[in-house]
Amino acid sequence: MKKILHIKRQLNSNSESYYEDFVYESDNENATVATALLTTPVIWEHSCLQKKCGACAMVINGKPALACNTRLADIDCEIINIEPLQKFPVIQDLRVDRQIMMDKLKELKVWLESDSNKGNENISYEASRCLECGLCLEVCPNYYMDGKFGGMAAMTPLARIIDKASKDQRKELKKNYKKGVYNSCGKSLACIDICPAKIDIDKLLVKSNAAAIWNRWNKE
Amino acid sequence: MAVYVNILGAGLAGMTAARTLAKNNIHVRLFSVQVSQRAQSNLAEGGLNAALNMMGEDNDINQHFEDTMKGGCYIADPDMVKGLCEGAPSIVDEMKRIGVPWHMEDGHIIQRPFGGQKKRRTCFCMSSTGKILTTASIDDTRKYEDSGLIERYTHHKFAGILVKNNKCIGIKIYDNHEGTYNNYSGPVIICSGGMNGMFPSITTGTTSNTGSVTAMLYNSGVKLSNLEFIQYHPTTVKITDKRMLISEAARGEGGRLCYLDGETKVYFMEDKFGERGNLMPRDVVSKEMAMLNKKTYLDMTGLSNDVWNNRLKDLRDEIIDYLNIDPANELIEVAPGIHYFMGGIKVDINHETNIEGLYAAGECAAAYHGANRLGGNSLLGAIYGGKIAAESIIKALDKYDDNSGLNEFSDDLNENIFINEEEKSKDKVLTGILIKSMGIIRDETSLNLGLCELENIESSNASFEFKSRLNLAKAMIECAINRRESRGAHNRTDYPESNDSYKKPTTVSLVNNEIIIE
Repeated sequence: MKKILHIKRQLNSNSESYYEDFVYESDNENATVATALLTTPVIWEHSCLQKKCGACAMVINGKPALACNTRLADIDCEIINIEPLQKFPVIQDLRVDRQIMMDKLKELKVWLESDSNKGNENISYEASRCLECGLCLEVCPNYYMDGKFGGMAAMTPLARIIDKASKDQRKELKKNYKKGVYNSCGKSLACIDICPAKIDIDKLLVKSNAAAIWNRWNKE
Repeated sequence: MAVYVNILGAGLAGMTAARTLAKNNIHVRLFSVQVSQRAQSNLAEGGLNAALNMMGEDNDINQHFEDTMKGGCYIADPDMVKGLCEGAPSIVDEMKRIGVPWHMEDGHIIQRPFGGQKKRRTCFCMSSTGKILTTASIDDTRKYEDSGLIERYTHHKFAGILVKNNKCIGIKIYDNHEGTYNNYSGPVIICSGGMNGMFPSITTGTTSNTGSVTAMLYNSGVKLSNLEFIQYHPTTVKITDKRMLISEAARGEGGRLCYLDGETKVYFMEDKFGERGNLMPRDVVSKEMAMLNKKTYLDMTGLSNDVWNNRLKDLRDEIIDYLNIDPANELIEVAPGIHYFMGGIKVDINHETNIEGLYAAGECAAAYHGANRLGGNSLLGAIYGGKIAAESIIKALDKYDDNSGLNEFSDDLNENIFINEEEKSKDKVLTGILIKSMGIIRDETSLNLGLCELENIESSNASFEFKSRLNLAKAMIECAINRRESRGAHNRTDYPESNDSYKKPTTVSLVNNEIIIE
């Protein structure tokens, strides 16, 4: 198997971008885009290499994906176009700054103010699996970096807190959920298909809407 | 001026230390190369041990203590292990209070059996326990970020410690985005994880845990301990760029190890060790597999639907995804892979190193696991260790309110610190030598050969990081040579028995460029 990685590079956040090609040859049919990138001097974020950490999110042949979850053999063409995520500022090459996702979670106060002794364990487990990779934001037609919408990357962690929070925290959570998720979600639900952790977003949305919008909170 | 505590690493140990300090109104700088969602803690699978006695088996803290000491072949500090086991039940409770959905049935936490433990004491969240604990910790840490007590410095990397008169007065940090160095004053807690990057591609760990922090500290006079004890997890599978862990929970829930004699499955661990053979400690199982020298399989075909649906669904999905095999119907070929480093930065019961004001916790520290770690004790050790390191600083806070002395390091900001492109190929040679020399089964001749090959790597004008890695690699092999016995994860064909004169931890330090082993 021979692939040409056509990679969009950029020396720093202020410089012009350019493309550079790298040839990758291997007879390993399970080699991924991450395997190939590890052989280049290109800067990109990586950590677990088994889709458990969300570090290596990028745009591969026009589709946002994790590099470690994209097999080269599954890509029909020889030339593979690799670009950084577009909705975040580029730091260098394929490395982007996803800090805005963390800032949004802080703004929406995604934490438990007091000890938790309630909630649905399945909801909590499912919501805890979010990788905060940003792929859902990349495909979302309603997500803009300067907007109020936090997208599914905010909804998922918020769903855990909504499920677990005590009565005292509800008023603020309700406000934040409306502001950060509900009001701006256009229900395109492109996030469902793109999520590499295959999180059951539908289930979390239904549960969170029921509580924070329709006031059907879990009983204490 | 208020004391700031500098924590390097934002996995479970780092975040726990940070929150423990913040709860006491102490300011924290939390440095990490990537966000906490990328930390190795997320990869821990099977669970966390605590003697809660939820399973009606008269399971008490003394038994957790005894299993941990025995699993580690009696070279861990008993007082430290006692603290760990005593602290475990309240950690389970604290994690529950920050919203961790432990596996429960009828309102009670359920505990699963794990290797080397006589009683069921492993609390779990399917087979994603590390991920679920880390998520809850990230959310709880955010509360203190909002109040300003914890300042996160993501995309920041370790560049050195600032030591004056054998006291750590701060840390030197490189900002990956800005390309700048900064010195920060205050005591330091290192929570940088295991040394996976010394053995790339044959570990289950992340690429972020390069081992360089431990190496650079060693080169700066920090003592290390027990480097010869490297845990090979028995059930890992090769995937493209690494080895993927098949959690010990697979065997805890009924999975069996076998080889094939024609079409007959031979359950060799059960044949040799009886009913609980599959759940012998990891060092024992991996050694048996290495000695067997046959293709080995994990047989999970006898697991019930309840186990697959409610306890190991995530593991099954992962195996199908990566291997295209459904473990409910077919055998999985497995082999040992490097999974954990029992050795690392030497710490005392307060998690302080030989340098005052410098602490270490989590996998980077050699603390609780002796010659072999029991499954379920790493998540526990990370959280407990982070807590103890923070509490030790709180007790000694008066010592750290002097911020003077940092100025003399201010000119020292632009030396040749990090590995360059040219050195990367040399590093590949270095790690190749380690992989070859530090296998499950070792002998003096091949260890000496490895050491000799390391000596031949030219490093006179090398970066600080590469020089340090080379010195760490030599120290690892020297520790393995020095322990002329077999104990836990260290197996010598030339010294196949354990020897009581070695029933103690190894300490290694670099003094005037010379390796000193105590």
